[in-house]
Amino acid sequence: MTFFGLGRRRSSAPVARDRLRILLEYERAIIGQRDLILVLREEILAVIGRHVRIDPEKVTIKLDRGATVSTLEIDVEIPNAEKWLAPA
Amino acid sequence: MAKVLVVTSGKGGVGKTTSTAALGVALARNGQSVVVVDFDVGLRNLDLVMGAERRVVYDLINVIQGPVKLQQALIRDKRIETLSLLAASQTRDKDALTEEGVARVIAALRDRFDWIICDSPAGIERGATLAMRHADAAIVVANPEVSSVRDSDRIIGLLDAKTEKAEKGERIDKHLLITRYDPARVARAEMLSIDDVLEILSIPLIGIIPESEDVLRASNLGTPVTLSNPTSAPARAYADAARRLKGEDVEMSIPADKKGLFDKLFRRRAA
Repeated sequence: MTFFGLGRRRSSAPVARDRLRILLEYERAIIGQRDLILVLREEILAVIGRHVRIDPEKVTIKLDRGATVSTLEIDVEIPNAEKWLAPA
Repeated sequence: MAKVLVVTSGKGGVGKTTSTAALGVALARNGQSVVVVDFDVGLRNLDLVMGAERRVVYDLINVIQGPVKLQQALIRDKRIETLSLLAASQTRDKDALTEEGVARVIAALRDRFDWIICDSPAGIERGATLAMRHADAAIVVANPEVSSVRDSDRIIGLLDAKTEKAEKGERIDKHLLITRYDPARVARAEMLSIDDVLEILSIPLIGIIPESEDVLRASNLGTPVTLSNPTSAPARAYADAARRLKGEDVEMSIPADKKGLFDKLFRRRAA
């Protein structure tokens, strides 16, 4: 084992600490209240749903929670023009 | 045909989640399609050990209660294409897991994956019994330590009584996975030996995972040990166990004390 290897192997605790900080900050905030990201997700889908009939199978949602910024990626497959009418 | 595996133990902290992740990776790296499912509602950790904690949008409870589709809740591993995670809910309680809902999700997973690995919560209550309910086979995780062995015996009893297979009069395959095995302490007769544990529990052994700093490091990084350091002793032991699960005949070796004679003598004097 090299000294570099040794140095690398010892460096996992800071990674663990950072991962826990990000995760727990989020989890402490959501206990007992609604999660902003999830509220946004519901409302965005509701707005799209008012104009387009959304097939739940054709929706992909990805999330990446970061320390300062989170990204919410909503991918909705919208049917062709003739089907664009909103549900009655 | 899909195989449903429950990783269970009764006792907490013996390595169920670590083992679920490491075996899931090992099977997936062999080209099998694998989903690891966290049943520990309210205290999930499989997402963290798998390094996917920032990507959980939906969970098992959302799928059970609808309208979320299974496909939307499955989190594809970014490193291994054939590996997916279904997280437990962190904000709900165990009562949200229903017998009917779990049956439906497991049936749907059977259509999509070769292996469905259910990470059981500790204890013998609802979460644990539902995690084992539909299993074809069980991995009983035990440390060579009295309370863990006792709890494993209790879990083996439950597997033979409360699973769907057992109720139908069929046999559920049970495999013993010994984790945190410390050869030096066994050599000094400070820890139960493999033979001691096997004699007491009398179920076949699927693997022996040596106590190792690599396992802690893997959890810290969120990269299961079979991925972060595949050549390490625990990773090789998990990979061998995965091959045995697939039915391959892999010779079992009991981890030996790696310390040299000098070190042993020195330690003994120092002690």
